[in-house]
Amino acid sequence: MLYIKCPHCGMRPQIEFSYGGDASVKRPELNKEISDQEWDNFVYNRKSLRGKHLELWQHISGCRQWIKVERDTATHEIFKTFKADEEVA
Amino acid sequence: MSQDFRLESVGLINRDKKLSFKFNGKKYFGYEGDTLASALLANGVHLVGRSFKYHRPRGFFGAGVDEPYAIVQLYRNNETEPNIKATEQELFEGLEAKSVNCWPSVDFDIGAINNFLKIFLPAGFYYKTFMWPKSFWYRIYEPFIRKAAGLGVASTKHDKERYEHKYEYCDLLIAGSGPSGLSSAYAAAKNGAKVILAEDKPRFGGSLLTSDVNIGNQSGKDWAEGIISELKTMPNVVVKNRSQIFGYYDHNMLVMSEKVSDHLPKTKKYHPNKRLWYIRAKEVLISSGSIERPIVFGNNDTPGVMLSSAAKEYLKVYGVLVGKNPLIFTNNDSGYETAIEFQKHGVQPVILDSRKNPESEIIDEAKSLGINIKYSYVVVAAQGYKKVKSADIASISDDKKQLGKIENIKCDCICVSGFWTPSIHLASQSGNKTKFKEEIDAFVPGTSKQQETTLGAANGVFSLEETLHTSFAKGRELSKKITENDNEVSIPNVVEKKSSQHDKFWCVPLPAGKNYKRFLDFQNDVAVSDIEIAIREGYRSIEHVKRYTTLGMATDQGKTSNLNGLQLVSEIENKVVPAVGHTTFRPPYTPISIGAIVGREVGKHSKPTRKSPMHAWHEKNNAVFVDAGVWLRPRYYKRGNENLFEGSKREAKNVRTNVGVCDVTTLGKIDIKGPDAAELLNRVYTNAWLKLPVGKARYGVMLREDGIVMDDGTTTRISENHYHMTTTTAQAANVLSHLEYYLQLVWPELNVNVVSTTEQWAGAAIAGPKSRDVLQKLFPNLDVSNEGLPFMGYIEGDLFGVKARIFRISFSGELAYEVNVESDYGNFMWQKIMEVGEEFEIQPYGTEALSTLRIEMGHVAGSELDGRTIPYDNALEGLVSKKKDFIGKRSLQRPAFTEDNRQRIVGVVPLDKKTSIPEGSHLVKDAKATLPNPKLGHVSASCWSVEYDNPFSLAILKDGKNMIGEKLFAMSPLKNKVIPVEIVSSHYVDPKGERVRS
Ligand SMILES: [Zn+2]
Repeated sequence: MLYIKCPHCGMRPQIEFSYGGDASVKRPELNKEISDQEWDNFVYNRKSLRGKHLELWQHISGCRQWIKVERDTATHEIFKTFKADEEVA
Repeated sequence: MSQDFRLESVGLINRDKKLSFKFNGKKYFGYEGDTLASALLANGVHLVGRSFKYHRPRGFFGAGVDEPYAIVQLYRNNETEPNIKATEQELFEGLEAKSVNCWPSVDFDIGAINNFLKIFLPAGFYYKTFMWPKSFWYRIYEPFIRKAAGLGVASTKHDKERYEHKYEYCDLLIAGSGPSGLSSAYAAAKNGAKVILAEDKPRFGGSLLTSDVNIGNQSGKDWAEGIISELKTMPNVVVKNRSQIFGYYDHNMLVMSEKVSDHLPKTKKYHPNKRLWYIRAKEVLISSGSIERPIVFGNNDTPGVMLSSAAKEYLKVYGVLVGKNPLIFTNNDSGYETAIEFQKHGVQPVILDSRKNPESEIIDEAKSLGINIKYSYVVVAAQGYKKVKSADIASISDDKKQLGKIENIKCDCICVSGFWTPSIHLASQSGNKTKFKEEIDAFVPGTSKQQETTLGAANGVFSLEETLHTSFAKGRELSKKITENDNEVSIPNVVEKKSSQHDKFWCVPLPAGKNYKRFLDFQNDVAVSDIEIAIREGYRSIEHVKRYTTLGMATDQGKTSNLNGLQLVSEIENKVVPAVGHTTFRPPYTPISIGAIVGREVGKHSKPTRKSPMHAWHEKNNAVFVDAGVWLRPRYYKRGNENLFEGSKREAKNVRTNVGVCDVTTLGKIDIKGPDAAELLNRVYTNAWLKLPVGKARYGVMLREDGIVMDDGTTTRISENHYHMTTTTAQAANVLSHLEYYLQLVWPELNVNVVSTTEQWAGAAIAGPKSRDVLQKLFPNLDVSNEGLPFMGYIEGDLFGVKARIFRISFSGELAYEVNVESDYGNFMWQKIMEVGEEFEIQPYGTEALSTLRIEMGHVAGSELDGRTIPYDNALEGLVSKKKDFIGKRSLQRPAFTEDNRQRIVGVVPLDKKTSIPEGSHLVKDAKATLPNPKLGHVSASCWSVEYDNPFSLAILKDGKNMIGEKLFAMSPLKNKVIPVEIVSSHYVDPKGERVRS
């Protein structure tokens, strides 16, 4: 079970969180004309990365904040966690 | 039988407490502090089971967790548990155990015919033999294997024992209470670190309980006792015996199973049977010691052949002689220690040492005691079927290839020592890159991945002095990092006998003309010849050899067999062991009860139960409950002998003719506040929200980004910047997360707050033509006329002193209202509704009537919003704005979503107007078409229409729009039904929606 540092609550066990997918995906702006390909990339197309991955988690059983977690998908090492609005360095 | 093999006044057992127990129906006696194994051996019982494949007689091989044979079916307090190791099971008064793997009995075993037919059962025999002929599998092979093989039998009764889970955090977790575990725990504890010390055995001390050493001028055992009692008094230390750390998971989380009650005849009141600890440790010290490995020789599985360390443990801890005429077969000094103990207790052993002329203090001691030692000698084969009677022995050449003349010597046990294998399982599980250590012919931990350190014998260090020094230092160093204290602890002086180098020898060659079975894996019956076959057939990777031969795949995970298997593969392949590599160690280290893993989450406790504030009233009024997610909801209120069908029909009918009341507390409720609340709703819902006036509710549909309907519900504008959203019961949590996702990550510029208020409000839906009369009685001072409170209107009122929210919304399709009060007043509200409603013939209605009412009206619910449908499919496209953008809108342009003959909701009526259509039935054109019959749609929900008194269903049907009036068949192979049906509009009752506006 992973041990995740919530930027708001501190070190908390994985069972308090729910996974939210790739954090690098950006939703297209509202009311903007975009191609099918762009939309498909947003909705469906994801890389299955091995290694460093920036992902979203929500601290559902805690502060309910969505956070960003930089994690190695192969070793589960967590390098850093960020608040939702924090710049990822 | 009396305890013929028990020594007087030797061992750590409590001789004041005699215990009786039964094994295979026969009564024996032992003492408190015995294991089942030591008590049986004290009574001279060696035959405990039959082997898995060949059903060969099997005895005891070890004295602890490494035991491959002595697996029994245990009976305790009218319950039974399979796969218990007799070497780990502590004796209690009245214990009963039986052998497994034998049919019909351990003495006469039909399966043993396999032993004589073993030519048919070589490596890969499962893969090869049972593949052909195919038809034999079910009729002959499988029943035979099931009856003749398999380990114990699980109980089919409900397990009355309780199992607990516990979460714990510590600075240092130490696995094992041998010399290294004790030293590091002590040093760390003195630095104020929070320490957990875990020992899998009942007694602390590990090897110190059996070794002849001196620490700080006292015996190793006394020193261990002193340290443990001091640790127990320290508030920062938790010391646990009977506790096995069996898994090392990510981020330094380890799991430990504590046997709280297994050593007692009966679990004490309020005590669990086992407790599973999830421990998050800053640092882990693995002091799990080492396991002696066998030397492979002919018939080395005969009862009476066992590890020399086990023989020593039986003697020193339990005062039990495993034989009175022991033969010791060793390639190192450890065998001598066992021999010396035998000699000291009046039994004359013979030592066979594969080495030519070893010299050490221990060997000198053995010589001085007059023990008969034969150098360059080996056991070629054990003789005897159910028990060792003698051994064929021979001298062996220096290159270990040639045997001398075979001699036979009488013995009643063979204690074998092939040197020591560090227990690296936990280190390996943690991700440590283990390495092969040439000097000890075994793997040891290498580079750590997590915060773990392996110490002592587990790290391949067999010198006590070195172990104490490194362990004290490591405990001090690691705890200092955490607590910043640095208290010096003086390291006691150690007196131990120096040993000499072991012999790199692990397998005795077969003598000419003999084909004795030489076993590597005792539990899975894998012999040297099986490995040879696997390699001959082309298997190279050790992982493949393992799976093909099942080497190391039994419940003991090859604790005594892995390294010898590797040695064999490397020898045949002419590679060095590290190049062959070892297979991966996975948790659990030793089998763990399923009950312990499940914990308290069984039966009713497998999920939380949520009840509405009106639950007690429902119970009192004969509600029959149904699980709605984790909620308990009344399904119908039973009157007299009514069944579900009759009761729900009555309730639904009463809503259509008079008035009914339904507990809708379970609906998800989200409070939305902020200047941008309307903008959020406008983006989340498919319809327009910017112009909703204060005091009005609106029905809305929300999509996922892929265009699929996520949820529906009404949202009401309470005040300028305050909205009350409702969701379906099932989607409440998901919708909240969904809103939070967009507010926190996608549109943080929106100034809105959302919070779940599901549990803050109790809700009652009052529905039916007379609902306005009931409402007026509840709120005499309010104008609840059609003008004063129109459809989709909202007002607040005073319900006999309680603040209430009143929504004019309807799920039933009738004139209806929903009243919300703070949860604490829910029961009060409900009772008032029933009171004032009496004169209007009000009846409570449950979820079944609720479904009937909504199905008849063609209102969609979870069975239509099933994660596969878009708004059009549910006839909700009128709610999809063409003007504004919203979540998921772009996906609705996908070609499949815009096809002309897209699936759509329809109504379905059986032609006979009698036969109910099972939910899930497929709609097909031709009932007799060849399979697979093309499916046109499926029935999503069914009811008995109370309006028309015939069955009615909703279905999602291909090209549903153009199918009205078509005749199809509803087929349910599951229910074996084929029903001719007609497709009608999904709005079966009141298609114009006049009632809700009346
Ligand atoms: Zn948090």
